[in-house]
Amino acid sequence: MSAGRRVACAVLLLVAGVSLAANWLAPGGYAKQYREATDAPPSRQHWLGTDEIGRDRFARVLYGTRISLLLAPAAALLSTLMAALIGGLAGYLGGVWARIAMAVTDLFLSLPWLFLLIMVRALMPLNVSPLFSIVVTFFMLGLLGWTSAARVLCASSATLKDSDFVRQARASGVRGARLFWIHVLPNLKPVLYAQFWVSIPVFILSEANLGILGLGVAEPMPSWGSLLKELEGLVSVGEEPWKFVPLALLIVVVTSFQLVLSNQEEVAV
Amino acid sequence: MSSFRKYTQNSFRSIVFSLLCLGILAANALAQGELRFCLRSEPKTFDPLKVDDDASSAIRYLTGGLLVRMNRQTQALEPELATSWKVSKDGKQISFTLRSGISFSDGTPFSAEDVAYTVQQLMDPALHSPTGDSFRSGPGNVETKIISPTQISITFPAPVAALDRQFDGVAMVSAHSPKKEMAVLGPFMVADYKPGATILLKKNPNYWKSDAQGRKLPYLDSIRLDIQSNRDVEMLRFKRGEIDLINSLDSEYFDKLAATNPQVVHDAGASLDSEQMWFNQVAKAPLPAYKKAWFRSANFRRAISAAVNRDDLARVVFRGHAQPAVGPVSPANKFWFNAKLKPENYSPDAALKLLQADGFRMENGTLKDKDGNAVIFSIITNSGNKYRERMASMIQDDMQKIGIHVNVVTLDFPSLIDRMMQSFDYEAILLGLTNAGLDPSDQMNVWLSSSENHQWNPQEKSPETAWEAEIDKLMRAQASSSDPKKRKESFDRVQEIAVEQAPFIYLVNKNALSAISPSVHGANPVILLPQTYWNAELLTK
Repeated sequence: MSAGRRVACAVLLLVAGVSLAANWLAPGGYAKQYREATDAPPSRQHWLGTDEIGRDRFARVLYGTRISLLLAPAAALLSTLMAALIGGLAGYLGGVWARIAMAVTDLFLSLPWLFLLIMVRALMPLNVSPLFSIVVTFFMLGLLGWTSAARVLCASSATLKDSDFVRQARASGVRGARLFWIHVLPNLKPVLYAQFWVSIPVFILSEANLGILGLGVAEPMPSWGSLLKELEGLVSVGEEPWKFVPLALLIVVVTSFQLVLSNQEEVAV
Repeated sequence: MSSFRKYTQNSFRSIVFSLLCLGILAANALAQGELRFCLRSEPKTFDPLKVDDDASSAIRYLTGGLLVRMNRQTQALEPELATSWKVSKDGKQISFTLRSGISFSDGTPFSAEDVAYTVQQLMDPALHSPTGDSFRSGPGNVETKIISPTQISITFPAPVAALDRQFDGVAMVSAHSPKKEMAVLGPFMVADYKPGATILLKKNPNYWKSDAQGRKLPYLDSIRLDIQSNRDVEMLRFKRGEIDLINSLDSEYFDKLAATNPQVVHDAGASLDSEQMWFNQVAKAPLPAYKKAWFRSANFRRAISAAVNRDDLARVVFRGHAQPAVGPVSPANKFWFNAKLKPENYSPDAALKLLQADGFRMENGTLKDKDGNAVIFSIITNSGNKYRERMASMIQDDMQKIGIHVNVVTLDFPSLIDRMMQSFDYEAILLGLTNAGLDPSDQMNVWLSSSENHQWNPQEKSPETAWEAEIDKLMRAQASSSDPKKRKESFDRVQEIAVEQAPFIYLVNKNALSAISPSVHGANPVILLPQTYWNAELLTK
């Protein structure tokens, strides 16, 4: 394991650990409004100051990190599984099945995500808890995010289908689902891992973008997206540097994922 | 050959340089007495009778000549092209005596014929004039009678509420000028228009007004209006000195400017704009029956109103640049505000008492109705409006204190409007209301129960509650009366009912904030639009 990857893993573990300890590190919680200390700079009580309605920014960063880091991998897992099923099977079956699967993939790729998500939010019942809202958002991201991975997996699966060991298995009488399940799918694992790791930062950034549009996480629950919204209209970095902590954290986490991923890609290749 | 080329090149450079210098000098000379500010959208029309948007309205204000105009500072009606006017007792007829010797910007003389032409155009159903709508009080034609070139009387088929004040929005157009609506009687005229970029207004050489010393008005040579929808860019351009004023500044920008340059910002106090929330009272709304019963209960609505900390909303969300709202009319509306009304005190205890009267009870920190349903509702607001999102979050927190769980939902505007006007699939909405007019007749479409904009329960076939029936009666009474005292009495009662029944829970009235460059002299920002340049003819630079 390279030094860079070791550092990246340590950073991810540290961030995950600290966010999981949010209940102890920020006992006031993310929703409590200190209305006499709004938009305050960092202090002993509020390490990263408070937001515009007086909520402790440190607590919100911790809880927001927990949400983004928990749900983004879940969405990545969903999208990777869908990609494996659709892309992997299409490549394995080949012929008309592959053409149909790729046509469906192309159709999904051409869908305007943003409008689709806005539509889903508008169609969702209004009286849902903030947690349900964020779960639905990530579920939608996972449901829509399998397409690129499916193309890669289709190509990999098509290559594997004609490999010597698969031919040998076929010659030995292994057929159909068993051949796919026992011989093809396990050999797609490195590609699946790579796709999984690639998807996590993509979904984190997507949720952040949706948060900026007022979609995604509902008040008072924080997410990186809602925290990044605070940077709107900020004129200079030097003015209130503590407001950049969520952005710095996002960059650090996404970079760490990329470093971990680069190693996985090597494995995949 | 080469020396000739060098000579011609040098000569060419000298000419270009000289032209550049001349250009800069000319630009500086033109810039003398030129006011610059931004319009936030493209004007849809230059025809004053078709104005339906803020940008066109700004152009009309600066170029249009009116018979009477409301002084934006005193809120009193003042003579302009008409030296005097008289409204008949039945509120159907108005007679004007006009100034003589006045010409449009192209030199065409102005007379009673132009007033008659303007009114006929205004009331022509084919023109679909939004300004004309406020004069359409009943079926039938408008009659204009030219008594002399300086006297005219106009008779409407039915009484028009505040008939004289309605003329504040009617800019005269020429009956004879070949330039049609581009011939104006106001202080400025449109000289150049680059779509999507700028509109140049130049001083009207035939403007009739002079100052006390006999100097012809306006003082400014021109006004350059840059079309700029991005507020951040507008702010940056103001800071760089590229524009001279900003209207309707938001409180964050105001404080940022005030921190570095306190002399440029102006807080004129509470404006007419209000932020409010309301519950869905539509009978056919797709909501559970028990929730409909909560929302239709005055005690429930008043309890929610009492549980909202308006002082905190004004102080925290608007950084102190807002006032807790009292009722449907802002205290900024000097004549029509009912001074007997006071802002609702924040009182969770009073809220709980009102709720108990309706059978609600607290169980383990959760409020439940008499059937044991936990009180949970959602508040929708439009996404992207940070002030409304923050208000909704604070209301969510306030409601938690009386055991009510609120879900805040931000939706894109079209989805929100669809739920509000079509599907009625919502529980509570938080939105703002921009009041352009002072007269209660401007709010008829909100208060009449049959109206489409009667937001809490639109288009009722007949008033569904006694208090709505009373409001209908009072609003119609004030609209058909020409006696200001009687009208005031009626509308005062409407305001009282609105507070007692709380169909709208009024939250705050935002302050009128603006920024004016120190290089502009004579500015005196007010709460009414156009806040900063209402006295444009008296501004200097």
